[in-house]
Amino acid sequence: MTTNLRIAFLPLTDVAVLAVAQERGFAEEEGLSLDLVRTTSWATLRDRLVYGQVQAAHMLAPLAVAVTLGLSQQPAALAAPYKLNVNGNMLVMAKDFAAALDPDLAGRLADPLGTAHDFAAAIGLWRRKPVIGVVHRFSSHALMLRYWLASAGVDPDRDVVLRVLPPSLTVEALHAGEIDGFIAGEPWGSAAVEAGLAETVAVGERIWRRGVEKVLAFRQNWMEENPETVDRLLRALVRAAAWCDEPDNHSALADLLAAPRYVDQPADLIRRALAGEMVNRAGEPAIPNPDFMLFSREATPFPWRSQALWIYSQLVRWGMVEHSTDSAARAGAVFRPDVFRRALAGSDVPMPGASMKLEGAVHSPLAVGSRKGDLTLGPDRFFDGRVFDPERIDDYLAGFVQLR
Amino acid sequence: MEFGHSMRIVIIDDSGLRATVLEEGLREAGYDDIHIVPPRGAFVARLERMAPDVVLMDLGSPSRDTLEEMLSVSRALARPIAMFVDQSDEAMIGAAIDAGVSAYVVDGLRKERVKPVLELAVRRFNAFARIQAELDEARNALSDRKVIDRAKSILMAQRNLSEQDAYTLLRSSAMNQGKKIVDVAQALITASDLLGGGL
Repeated sequence: MTTNLRIAFLPLTDVAVLAVAQERGFAEEEGLSLDLVRTTSWATLRDRLVYGQVQAAHMLAPLAVAVTLGLSQQPAALAAPYKLNVNGNMLVMAKDFAAALDPDLAGRLADPLGTAHDFAAAIGLWRRKPVIGVVHRFSSHALMLRYWLASAGVDPDRDVVLRVLPPSLTVEALHAGEIDGFIAGEPWGSAAVEAGLAETVAVGERIWRRGVEKVLAFRQNWMEENPETVDRLLRALVRAAAWCDEPDNHSALADLLAAPRYVDQPADLIRRALAGEMVNRAGEPAIPNPDFMLFSREATPFPWRSQALWIYSQLVRWGMVEHSTDSAARAGAVFRPDVFRRALAGSDVPMPGASMKLEGAVHSPLAVGSRKGDLTLGPDRFFDGRVFDPERIDDYLAGFVQLR
Repeated sequence: MEFGHSMRIVIIDDSGLRATVLEEGLREAGYDDIHIVPPRGAFVARLERMAPDVVLMDLGSPSRDTLEEMLSVSRALARPIAMFVDQSDEAMIGAAIDAGVSAYVVDGLRKERVKPVLELAVRRFNAFARIQAELDEARNALSDRKVIDRAKSILMAQRNLSEQDAYTLLRSSAMNQGKKIVDVAQALITASDLLGGGL
């Protein structure tokens, strides 16, 4: 008996694990058939999930937290027992704007702090307040952009205009001069670079080296009522993710995602993010970044509760939610390592022993306590060296310079 | 005009036809403060100036995130706006999502006042989808006929057949192969092109 599941997604490279689970037989091995519902806005993806038109969704991690806290239309308790990827975003700016930054791309991208300061200076030189496209206020991209700008004293709500637009419209808006740059998931940054409209200014992976990106989100009550189906899906996704991380599979994966029913963009652009070979200025050679986007290694899918709490800390920081013990608890509870552990209990997947960790404390690959198998965590530093202790959110927030 | 109808409704839509179909329906029902705004350029600023009570938008529009952002930060629209009228009316929500209608309503507007608008929007969106499907069908039928006509003329020229005989040949081949006539005709045209039939 095959169980059908409807899962909503947006056309982005990081839908890879879901697409592969369905197309390469990993879902079928678990008796599942995934009906992947292509959606063009996060609002519609959210509504389909909240109102029960789909059972799960490829969701921005901060959006799952925001919906649960009642910050994005109809409140609903969502649960994320699985992370679909880590990183995969780029900030690209119009070539004229980028001309005020370090012309050496390798140097520019390797030094986010220096580039943030150059960016701050460039704002004053620009003909208007720079308009930067973000895909959603509750996106990892927007939170990283805010974090990065603020490190150089730029107030993202005062010194620049953040304009919300869906990833698929970013390149067009840049071309029309409606925005001066944007931060989005791939392949949209690459598409703007390839069109000769923009160049890379910052890479998500350099801002937070292991930044949370998309999660698999369920309505919490549906997830609790269907544990067996959820477990089967998670097992299928873990195997699909391992397939996606395998370098030999990147070309086939890019071809698959290029299809109109998924991303509908050229395979070459999609392959860049998968292989970590980003072209940052049209016509120049790629600058290798093997950690540009992760699906599987270092226990990427494991939903550390400390990461949900980091997202929460940023929502508080930017005045999107009022800080309270109750809100923090509800935000942290969106990530469900307990469900991940239950689903993968019988597998050989390395399983972290803890559910929370300090975020930003690992400087070089670190072997950590694991219930089974060997688990090495990759470096997860924030570029400014701050460390997030999920048990001391107030102290963490107090450490940021007040911009106003 | 009764008080219940003095509601400003903005339709955000890229398809001129669908917006018109909806607008007509609303006017027939007695609503007369209706504006259509395509989701392009500075549409958000326009919308803000209009201060609508109800905003109707295609659920499939990629601009919904832009609209929602405006609704959440707008100072001009002081009151919060919520999607769908009655969150407890699941049948209504289901019908709206199926029809592709998303609605934003000024909080505080009584739901009995807004419900008829939403129901009408759902009916009109569904009607539009039917019209669209019929149009597509008609368009396909037209192009099918062109393909069959071209295949007929190839047969008439190369096999020296009358038009009637050419058609009969196409039809019997289709029946023998268990295919549609248009598919057989298309295959014939492709083959003829490849072989340089010159027609």
